[in-house]
Amino acid sequence: MSFSLYVEVLIQGVLTGLVYGLMALGLSVIFGVVRVVNFAHGEFAVLAMYAAFILFGLFHLDPIVASLPIAAAFFVVGYMLQRTVVQPFVTRPQHEQFILLVGLSIVIVNALLLTFGPESKHTDLSYSFDSYSLGAVLVDKARVYGAAAALVVTTALFAFFRYTLTGAAIRAAADNLTGAAVVGLDVKRLYAISFGVGLACVGAAGSIMMALTDMTPMLGPSLTLLAFTIVIVGGLGSMAGALFGGMLIGVAEALASVIASPSIKSMVSFSLLVLVLALRPQGLFGKAEA
Amino acid sequence: MSGPDNEPLLAVIGVVKRFRGLTAVDEVSLGVRTGEIYAVIGPNGAGKTTLFNLIAGAVAPDEGEIRFAGARIDGQAPEQICAAGIARTFQIVKPFPDLSVIDNVAIGAMLRARDMQTARAQAGDILRKLDLFDKRGQKAGGLTLPDRKKLEVARALATRPKLILLDEVMAGLRPTETDRMVAMLRDINRTDNLTIVMIEHVMRAVMALATRVHVLHHGASIAEGAPAEVTRDPRVVESYLGMKAAH
Amino acid sequence: MSDLLAALPARGKIALALVVAALVSAPLLVDRYVLSILLLALFGAYLGQAWNILMGFCGLLSLGHALYLGLGAYASAALYVKFGIGPWAGAFAAIALGVAAAAAIGWLGFRFRIEGVYFSLLTIAFAEFARIGFDNLPWLGGAAGFFLPVRAEEAGHWHNLRGGPIFFYYLALAMAAGALVLSTTLRASKLGHAFLAIREDAQAARALGVNVTRVRFVALFISAAMTALGGVFIAFWTNNLFPAQIFDMSRSIDIILAPIIGGVGTLFGPIVGAFLLVPLGEALTEALREFGLNAPGAKALVYGFLLMGIITATPSGLWPWLARKLGLMEKQP
Repeated sequence: MSFSLYVEVLIQGVLTGLVYGLMALGLSVIFGVVRVVNFAHGEFAVLAMYAAFILFGLFHLDPIVASLPIAAAFFVVGYMLQRTVVQPFVTRPQHEQFILLVGLSIVIVNALLLTFGPESKHTDLSYSFDSYSLGAVLVDKARVYGAAAALVVTTALFAFFRYTLTGAAIRAAADNLTGAAVVGLDVKRLYAISFGVGLACVGAAGSIMMALTDMTPMLGPSLTLLAFTIVIVGGLGSMAGALFGGMLIGVAEALASVIASPSIKSMVSFSLLVLVLALRPQGLFGKAEA
Repeated sequence: MSGPDNEPLLAVIGVVKRFRGLTAVDEVSLGVRTGEIYAVIGPNGAGKTTLFNLIAGAVAPDEGEIRFAGARIDGQAPEQICAAGIARTFQIVKPFPDLSVIDNVAIGAMLRARDMQTARAQAGDILRKLDLFDKRGQKAGGLTLPDRKKLEVARALATRPKLILLDEVMAGLRPTETDRMVAMLRDINRTDNLTIVMIEHVMRAVMALATRVHVLHHGASIAEGAPAEVTRDPRVVESYLGMKAAH
Repeated sequence: MSDLLAALPARGKIALALVVAALVSAPLLVDRYVLSILLLALFGAYLGQAWNILMGFCGLLSLGHALYLGLGAYASAALYVKFGIGPWAGAFAAIALGVAAAAAIGWLGFRFRIEGVYFSLLTIAFAEFARIGFDNLPWLGGAAGFFLPVRAEEAGHWHNLRGGPIFFYYLALAMAAGALVLSTTLRASKLGHAFLAIREDAQAARALGVNVTRVRFVALFISAAMTALGGVFIAFWTNNLFPAQIFDMSRSIDIILAPIIGGVGTLFGPIVGAFLLVPLGEALTEALREFGLNAPGAKALVYGFLLMGIITATPSGLWPWLARKLGLMEKQP
């Protein structure tokens, strides 16, 4: 295999990984603030993919462009969901949170299955088969656009946490909940916003993925697993870790599907997960224990 | 090297602990002899609880050495140190909330008891001493704060330690309860020859119990000696007792 | 056994005796369909108790118990089909494999501070990756499934777990009863109290001389071994194994649902939960068929809403509430 092919795979992996990273970032934000693991995360990604598919069918809206309105809509969904369904579970044991969100994931998958059937769907974009060439290295245009969109959303998110009052309040609540409540922050509202932000990430990521891959309702669990793997590798609760973990897993899977076979790529992320946990249990970007 | 005959039961030698650049415990040395009641005092943030965490194995020191009964214990796990004979209480009490009071104490007694029946019998004896026997069937999570403080002591005693680290067990007790606790501790100290190291803000208890007092300030030792001596030391008065004396 | 009786008030002992008598005589009293539902409930009660020892007693949340079930099933089935080694010997291999997987998860999971979530996510990851791994393992049939031969001449070879429905019913009953006796004995023991102490406050347990890491491993090993043994049962009972079924997330959910609905950490909760959920599932299937809702996904959709509804409505499980109402409360020893 030629050197240029390796470079190609590496670049493709990084680009796909940025989209994965954005999805995982949503999981990390929700866990970091609300302390609830969103076990329906992959299912929300699939829901976003269907939304992008429908918008494409109706208005011929490019899924990468659609990622912005879908992210906005998912923010609202997340906000409402936290306020109504999830909030009572914040103080309840983790296994009960798990059942609630798994129930939700089952509802999403099967509602999609009943509405759209089990067939796989894809969008035919004008640039689906185009690529940029850098000498002998070819890079899919769709992946470049997708990664760029993912970076835009991520940058906006970092700016939100860094420069807005609400963002600072959320960081404070994530650090010290009692303290945040004592100084008069409306913790329930911050939770709802965080869940909204988390779903906005997964909404944008899912929408972008619609431009890159085929999609079926049954894709949910594997995407949830992918997000888990990324956040554990990157370090639970670390935003930079989620992005970096996404790129790492993206590259590892891309290399594995070229060198070995595509069916083995999950095993590669699994090996990576075990390796990281064995050598650096808190994840690559996780804080060492105090 | 001093031989085992004149080595104290607990020896802390030049111990340093830093947290992110902040030195919480700064070259502290102390020695506690068998049967002593030794008090560690100092203002809030002086590093007293960190010192206890170091002795009990909850955190490992960056420098220095801790020896107990002639053997080095720094860096060992809390359960090993407990098995070696050092029990501790937590300043912020940590009961097993969903278990009964007697089970809380029996879990401590389990360490050296053959079976649960024996452990529970020993737990009952300790609860009687601490006036908690009538509440043995209640869930520990439902106890009042003074009772939870007593439970903390009961549980530590149940491990049958040679030395017990008491972290502010008098705080929150009413004066009569403080006196009862003082009497009980003195009794155990005399009859079982139990060595006690205590962090205490309640000076009434310190003066009544302690044979020696060690004063920490900003992580460093500033005085050590008999209670009456130490309380006259101008540095101590300035750093700590000065503000207390105003009360 | 004595621990079990000691844990119950007089009314509870009578009730337990009646239930046991009813279950023992059930094959004479009910038809095959009802018996199959009872079998499923008993088996669910067995697996729920295995999970409850880890979560309910020791506070470790495993969300991937299908892993041990699948490993046990495949280990015993492979030995039987490929090497002619019977299930009794196969059970040892099943347990060994389950415990080995548990050791790997424990080693990776117990070393870090936010161990709660890490451990749970790891259990899911291991189960999912086992599913993918077995899907790609042609030696054991891969995704197309692995089958145990059912030969007429082996009928009644009970030593090889080749029996009919009644045989498997009694086997499930024995396993569920055995698990109850084990759970009760464990909970009354020193080890059981170490479990409880860790569940309540690991740091305090450590300060009282409990070796938290070792005790957690023991809890995990007991739970994994029991679940792997359940895998042997399922392999020889159903005679077919598919990675997409036995390792699936939905299997793990089924295992933990009964104890959660019944009451986590109680002795009888997993049993009560299983005997409520299994018939409920059957009734749901029947009801949807009545209404002509056969579309793929319809049952699962309703099931998903039910899960969300039930978990919102029953915070600490049914058994503690039920036991109070009926005066059957487990005594706090």
